[in-house]
Amino acid sequence: MSRVLVGVKRVIDYAVKIRVKPDHSGVVTDGVKHSMNPFCEIAVEEAVKLKEKKFIKEVVAVSCGPTQVTETIRTALAMGCDRGIHVEVSGKDYEAMGPLQISKIFAALAKKEEASLVILGKQAIDDDCNQTGQMTAALLDWPQGTFASEVTIDGEKVKVVREIDGGLETIKISMPAVLTADLRLNTPRYATLPNIMKAKKKKIANMKPADLGVDEPPTRLAGVKVETVDDLVAKLKANGTI
Amino acid sequence: VNDRSRNVSIIDIVYRSQKPCLRWLLGWLSMSQIHTIAGPTVLKSLCLSLPLPISLSLSALGLCGCRSLSSLAELPEMHQMMRQTCRDYADRELAPIAGKLDKEHLFPAQQVRELGAMGVMAVEVPEALGGAGMDYLAYSLAVEEISRGCGSTGCVVSVNNSLYIGPILKFGTPGQKDQWITPFTTGEKVGCFALSEPGNGSDAGAASTLARQEGEEWVLNGTKAWISNCWDASATVVFATTDKSLKHKGISAFLVPMPHPGLSLGKKEDKLGIRANSTANLILEDCRIPLGNMLGPRGSGFKIAMQTLDGGRIGIASQALGIAQAALDCAVDYAHKRTAFGAPIGKLQAVQFKLADMAVAVESARLLTWKAAMLKDAKKPFTKEAAMAKLSASEAATFCGHQSIQVLGGMGYVTDMPAERHYRDARITEIYEGTSEIQRLVIASQLLKEYVP
Repeated sequence: MSRVLVGVKRVIDYAVKIRVKPDHSGVVTDGVKHSMNPFCEIAVEEAVKLKEKKFIKEVVAVSCGPTQVTETIRTALAMGCDRGIHVEVSGKDYEAMGPLQISKIFAALAKKEEASLVILGKQAIDDDCNQTGQMTAALLDWPQGTFASEVTIDGEKVKVVREIDGGLETIKISMPAVLTADLRLNTPRYATLPNIMKAKKKKIANMKPADLGVDEPPTRLAGVKVETVDDLVAKLKANGTI
Repeated sequence: VNDRSRNVSIIDIVYRSQKPCLRWLLGWLSMSQIHTIAGPTVLKSLCLSLPLPISLSLSALGLCGCRSLSSLAELPEMHQMMRQTCRDYADRELAPIAGKLDKEHLFPAQQVRELGAMGVMAVEVPEALGGAGMDYLAYSLAVEEISRGCGSTGCVVSVNNSLYIGPILKFGTPGQKDQWITPFTTGEKVGCFALSEPGNGSDAGAASTLARQEGEEWVLNGTKAWISNCWDASATVVFATTDKSLKHKGISAFLVPMPHPGLSLGKKEDKLGIRANSTANLILEDCRIPLGNMLGPRGSGFKIAMQTLDGGRIGIASQALGIAQAALDCAVDYAHKRTAFGAPIGKLQAVQFKLADMAVAVESARLLTWKAAMLKDAKKPFTKEAAMAKLSASEAATFCGHQSIQVLGGMGYVTDMPAERHYRDARITEIYEGTSEIQRLVIASQLLKEYVP
């Protein structure tokens, strides 16, 4: 019961008014205020709380992206994480990267760091994918407690109260496991000034996806438009999807 | 052209040089090269930018400079993080309730506790005593961001940090620091500063509050006026005359817990602005305190007060900056949204000129404040710069508050928009902790000292 990996993503701040680029190729990100994904803040807070209750010894904050994500890792360190890992992905690779590549990276890191828990936000506010947590658990073949609104560690098991469409569901899963944080799990703390000073001294390790054995994300192929549903079924049969 | 290329190559060498002393030497050489192309006037104006002519010229050339001035372009990472944290707190927790706090004159006790937990109530206090252990620049940034959310809360933070903890940190014994600082770092307790009296404000040397020794106790008698935070404070630094014959050299500083027998509070003043903050008279009637409660040596009260106010000026300048920035933000936001004559009013030159003037006032006051804070951190003399910071920031705040209402028009006059609150909150910054007139006297006296004929 020693180590928890927490994923933090650097996204455009929730209060910013999003503007589409003039060439419609994406959203304006240059010079726009970025901050930590709110669900990732909740995940960090939960991990730090578990450390304060002495259930775990070390919290490691992980982020994938270009150099700017180190700011987000530093914020996580200022909230109470012990060290950070920056998986460097930049430029075109970063734009093409999606939940599958991220979950491969997290799975590889969870094995490498011998983590007992991987806590992620349930989704990122920029793409709203809600896939990384689930994919990571599947790749690791670990149990998952997603949309967690309450997490309690009970010996070698974790009791998770999940927010589902029908209400609340309580499950008991064994560790190691993957959890994803939902809105009502906790209220993230503001970093204290002494912690911000201490965060400066904490280490952030740097690595590339290749170091973890994760391949480059595949180039996205263009889509094909078809006229009717029959055409769609025929095409899918033709390329072996169904 | 030849001179210019010679100059560039020297700049190149200096930039790449690793040894600081070599850089400074070559910096002087390159400055003398500039003399040949730029002429004596530029060199003279560079030199006259006392007190750091070398570093100023070096940073003007884009070279190393000393950390203080190159930091003005971009703050160190830690300060940026700290500033962002305080800004997030102010935006999420203070700005939404600021109107209510002002209308109902409520002291933000919960928020002060949360700020204490963050370390903002004792920024400069070393960690061993329970503070955040950061420098004065960090404190200035924290007060600015907090004041941007709520001016009154900024006042509470500033008074606790600069006026109450400040003198005890500088002049207190280790025992006094443990007793009077540590409990006041968490936000559970706040302190206040009692210097002004009904009979003297700017004339601080004429304190008529008396302190006489009776056995193992000091007995204080007198009235103090305009004491900020007093209704919510748990301790105060009081200045009283111990030796009337010595005039201002006969004033001493005392630490008095609150509440305490012999100490009572007058009615809360009904103020124009910063209404969430209590201000009242402090009445001392045979208030007895142990001998150990004297702060600093006997007779050093005036010196303690003046040195404390020097630092406090930077705190108030930061508060004024926060209020000015909030007023500017409000005006710019409105200029985007309000349409008149077929377009957002931000397109009209009249509005643009106002916004530009406001921005220049705020930014120049901010740079003066940062410079004063950095000089204080570097333990260099900062009296003149602190006075300049407080003077320019408080005048910027009243200017921005005024113009912000003007940009908002009718909306600026009603309480639905925060512009009127900024206008009212800004006004006090020109008065307390040294009126603008006193600041001018301080600046003038420092200037005259520099130019001895």
